[in-house]
Amino acid sequence: MSKLEIKNLHVSVNTDQGPKQILRGVDLTISSGETHAVMGPNGSGKSTLAYSVAGHPKYEITDGEILLDGENVLEMSVDERARAGLFLAMQYPVEVPGVSVSNFLRTAKTAISGEAPALREWVGDLKTAMKNLRMDSDFTERNVNEGFSGGEKKRHEILQLELLKPKIAILDETDSGLDVDALKIVSEGVNRAKANTDLGVLLITHYTRILRYIQPDFVHVFVAGKVAEQGGPELAERLEAEGYDRYLKASA
Amino acid sequence: MAQHGIKEHSHGAGVPIQTRNERPRSTSIEDFAEVSKLQEIWRYLPIDKLKGLTQSVIGELADSHVTLNLASGVTANWVDTTAAQVGKAGLPEDRIAAIAWTNASKTLVIDVPKDLEQSQPSFVVIKPQSDQAMASHVLINVGTHAHATIVLDHAGLGVLGENVEIVLGDESTLNFVTIQDWDKGSTHVSTQFAKLGRNSNLRHTVVSLGGDLVRVTPAVELSSPGAEVNMYGVYLADSGNYFEHRPYVDHVAENCKSNVAYKGALQGVGAHTVWVGDVLIRETAVGTDSYELNRNLLLTAGARADSVPNLEIETGKIEGAGHASASGRFDDEQLFYLQARGLSETDAKKLVVRGFLSEIIQKIEIEEIEQRLIAAIELELERVGV
Repeated sequence: MSKLEIKNLHVSVNTDQGPKQILRGVDLTISSGETHAVMGPNGSGKSTLAYSVAGHPKYEITDGEILLDGENVLEMSVDERARAGLFLAMQYPVEVPGVSVSNFLRTAKTAISGEAPALREWVGDLKTAMKNLRMDSDFTERNVNEGFSGGEKKRHEILQLELLKPKIAILDETDSGLDVDALKIVSEGVNRAKANTDLGVLLITHYTRILRYIQPDFVHVFVAGKVAEQGGPELAERLEAEGYDRYLKASA
Repeated sequence: MAQHGIKEHSHGAGVPIQTRNERPRSTSIEDFAEVSKLQEIWRYLPIDKLKGLTQSVIGELADSHVTLNLASGVTANWVDTTAAQVGKAGLPEDRIAAIAWTNASKTLVIDVPKDLEQSQPSFVVIKPQSDQAMASHVLINVGTHAHATIVLDHAGLGVLGENVEIVLGDESTLNFVTIQDWDKGSTHVSTQFAKLGRNSNLRHTVVSLGGDLVRVTPAVELSSPGAEVNMYGVYLADSGNYFEHRPYVDHVAENCKSNVAYKGALQGVGAHTVWVGDVLIRETAVGTDSYELNRNLLLTAGARADSVPNLEIETGKIEGAGHASASGRFDDEQLFYLQARGLSETDAKKLVVRGFLSEIIQKIEIEEIEQRLIAAIELELERVGV
């Protein structure tokens, strides 16, 4: 049983015009087996939340804390956070020229578990995970994210999620740019990870579409850097019908 | 040397040479001005590191400095540098090459007889183990329809002025690798000339790993139709290394192809690399397809990479001609992505550097050289503790 606690999180980012406050006091707690959807209009700070938890150097935490099972995440380096069990599925995964998917995945698995996986078992797990995500076997010979379509990039992120078996995963707009078939495949992957490892999920999305395939337990609406409203799955349905207008008017 | 004293035309000192084909060619030292930073070809060079290579009279590499491990069918022998077969691939375009030419009385000839198809690599290892300036001359002859792989490996301590000639017969293929893996205190100026026969194919790879000053200037003349050259380079420079690579492709005949790709990683204060890539597409070279690229990855502050692609095109009737050059630091987003998957910063950087250079390393297709390069990269990154 794991728990990620985000308390009163304030984050700013440096711009040419000086530091700009983006998150203004975010409180969220995600436990194993739970799925939290964070929804909100563009610019509300959803992705900043994701990158701040993962430790991207661009974001400065000005107040608040992040704890994973009581441990201070903010004192950990990016790789220490990953090894502690946090995973961020990126919205825009970067290319790593000359590094094959197969080499990358095995290096990452070795780093996360602290030892190289037994070869036979690893090859089997990889094959199964790729088959489940409808990925061709020659995919592993390609260079990481190089020339991948939008759908391939997202499937590759979920492949990592399934193989690295984190405690808590943050999915940063994993649904963006996917057609409905790819969306179903990616959602199945997330649901499998939840079923197999009791994963806790923080699902960041602009649209409600993905929530038809990944059932949230909680929905949080993000506006202007903080949670404006939270509730159960019914809140997502209301957003589907009404959009974000009512929050934007309120905050204006 | 008189038979090589062909002098197309000379320029007075201080007159800049505008186009590549106007450079004088000669084996006579006195046809060239003293080495000076005022000349474009020497402008980046730390001249104090040239040691004795600028003196008119220097020593000569001997048989005892060379270890041969040749594949079956490939032969080696020493001939007088005045022999008729020497000088067919090209002639010096600068003073240091002319000094090396003049002072090497013997030439090591590596022969790949016609029709020989040899997939096993042949190794020529040069280890002078001396800080005295020496001249050497190597000639590689690949006969018609022959296929071979030859590695020219420079190691140990040396101050070497070298001319390497490569002559490819019609329809032949050569995978050639020149490795500069010198000890500290070494200086190496290697002028290389290749002349390609009809429909022949040369893969020319430069690997520079060590030496205080290493300058390799491979010039390839595509004067027979249908010839193809791929020129690759990979280098790892750290503090105390100065590496200069100046590949030159001279497109003379029609329907030839050239591709130049050099990649380097630099680290440490004072590490300096220079890449000047010249491609000349002459009026006669219709149907030419050409591309040149140089990329540098600077691993730490204090290193410097100069990169200058030059493209001269004298005909519009070509398939393509392009160039690209870029030098940059580690990409923070790449490092973040890899670290977010649990890799330490050091491991992430190793993976990025190996990946960055792998495109070239994979092209070498000689297992022991690839392994040696990967080990060199690991060592290089451990040394600086990135």
